[in-house]
Amino acid sequence: MDILNAFILLLNFVLIPAIAYGSQLALGALGVTIIYGILRFSNFAHGDTMAFGAMATILITWWFQSMGLSLSPLPTALLALPFGSAVCALFVLGTDRIVYKFYRDQKAKPVIFLIVSMGVMFIMNGIVRLIIGPGDQNFNDGARFIIRARDFRNATGFDEGLSLKVSQGITVATTVTVVIALFWFLHHTRTGKSMRAYSDNEDLALLSGINPDRVVMVAWLIAAALATIAGTLYGLDKSFKPFTYFQLLLPIFASAMVGGLGSPHGAIAGAFLIAFSEIMVTYAYKKVVTYLMPEAWAPDTLVQLLSTDYKFAVSFMILLLVLLFRPTGIFAGKAV
Amino acid sequence: MTAKAMTGGYGAADILHDCTITAAQGEISVIVGPNGAGKSTAMKAVFGMLKLRAGAVRLDGEDITSLSPQDRVARGMALVPQTSNIFPSMSVEENLEMGAFLRRDNIRGTMKQVYDLFPTLREKCHQNAGELSGGQRQQVAVGRALMTQPRLLMLDEPTAGISPIVMDELFDRIIEVARTGISILMVEQNARQALNIADKGYVLVQGRNRYTDTGHALLNNPEVRKSFLGG
Repeated sequence: MDILNAFILLLNFVLIPAIAYGSQLALGALGVTIIYGILRFSNFAHGDTMAFGAMATILITWWFQSMGLSLSPLPTALLALPFGSAVCALFVLGTDRIVYKFYRDQKAKPVIFLIVSMGVMFIMNGIVRLIIGPGDQNFNDGARFIIRARDFRNATGFDEGLSLKVSQGITVATTVTVVIALFWFLHHTRTGKSMRAYSDNEDLALLSGINPDRVVMVAWLIAAALATIAGTLYGLDKSFKPFTYFQLLLPIFASAMVGGLGSPHGAIAGAFLIAFSEIMVTYAYKKVVTYLMPEAWAPDTLVQLLSTDYKFAVSFMILLLVLLFRPTGIFAGKAV
Repeated sequence: MTAKAMTGGYGAADILHDCTITAAQGEISVIVGPNGAGKSTAMKAVFGMLKLRAGAVRLDGEDITSLSPQDRVARGMALVPQTSNIFPSMSVEENLEMGAFLRRDNIRGTMKQVYDLFPTLREKCHQNAGELSGGQRQQVAVGRALMTQPRLLMLDEPTAGISPIVMDELFDRIIEVARTGISILMVEQNARQALNIADKGYVLVQGRNRYTDTGHALLNNPEVRKSFLGG
């Protein structure tokens, strides 16, 4: 019984949150890795693209709510997501036309693109704050829980409760759908294959008659859609605050790099590795240990490796280790 | 295909001087010469990857001198580059599909022809091209180029880095391709073997035509033997 209680505790506070967080990171890292694969630079503006897409979705959600549209018990934001993605895609394509295309025509080095993307990041950062403000925004309507902790305790008789939020369920379901759709697109459509070919060997892709402008455009469209979905899911699960998306940049890049930049499989694997590490290292195991050990051995401390304030340090450490010992990442993407 | 009196280079200095190369339908033309003779440069010029100051490239009588490489692919030219000539993380079949990217008609027939030419590729069609041996990669590269149904197939040192047995095998396949009516233009380091299968040979020295003759005539020419074929 105690072992089961300990297991439920871990499920509730480690496994489920890590899977949801990992899914959000995976969607973000996929966007980063696709831009890296096609445009060959690390897009630092991706975190703020997530914020922009989420903001667009929130504004449309509020509009829908004011008209009485709803998906109850699911959040209205899901209904607004396609429109938010479209707005974000337009914005991102505009940025490409005005900013990145200039440097592409000059055949600028990747490091210049990287710095340019930081400039874009600050601009997007400012735009989002100007439009929606720097504070927390609440846009999650609909039901809160799929399983409530108290109901679970009453139904099963365990001491520990298990709760599953609607936002967590939606996050995982959406991520699975999006990832399957993305891989199907990349492996079974003409455009998707041409993107992989372009990422693999740009010169040969040109020799085969693949149109680089089209490949770049589709890459931005996919990145914008992924960013909007990731941003909105994160906002539903936690809360929407522009600054948190800027902070997410580190774990997202860590995920993409740990998996191997340019490798979509790697981005997903890396995201879950980072998410599980962050949550497992910062979780206080006191209660779990208490369940598993005889009563006399119950620990006095929290049995926590690092305080939750240090969770970004975890992704940073993993990133450092990977760059030191396996710079191309687990799935051997392109060298950084 | 006729490339007449090509003069040009990458920067201010010219690499090619009044260089003329032709490839007739169903024939194999080979460019040989010492290192730095401008062999690959001549081929790049034919393909439009080099700006010409003078001269003209014609394909079936049509002047294509001002066309980009991509446009030349659409007109029926195909190039197999010397290095990185495959999509390593894509399957053999996908490599062939990408070769046929510009085609909107059914590509199954051409794919079957490629597989008939290189039976090993049919066995490995779902394997990633990057996992194949050097000779097999070269087959993928030639296969990819053939998927465009070119009238002129250009090969930049196709036997670089592969073993002599595999090289003979590849030359046999190239002869088969030529028999189907495709013109072949090839740059080769292995001058003797290449001239052996060539209908026409071009010996370039410092970007100029030094000797131009049939492959066998060049092989029997004592001066060519002495200077370029090692006796």
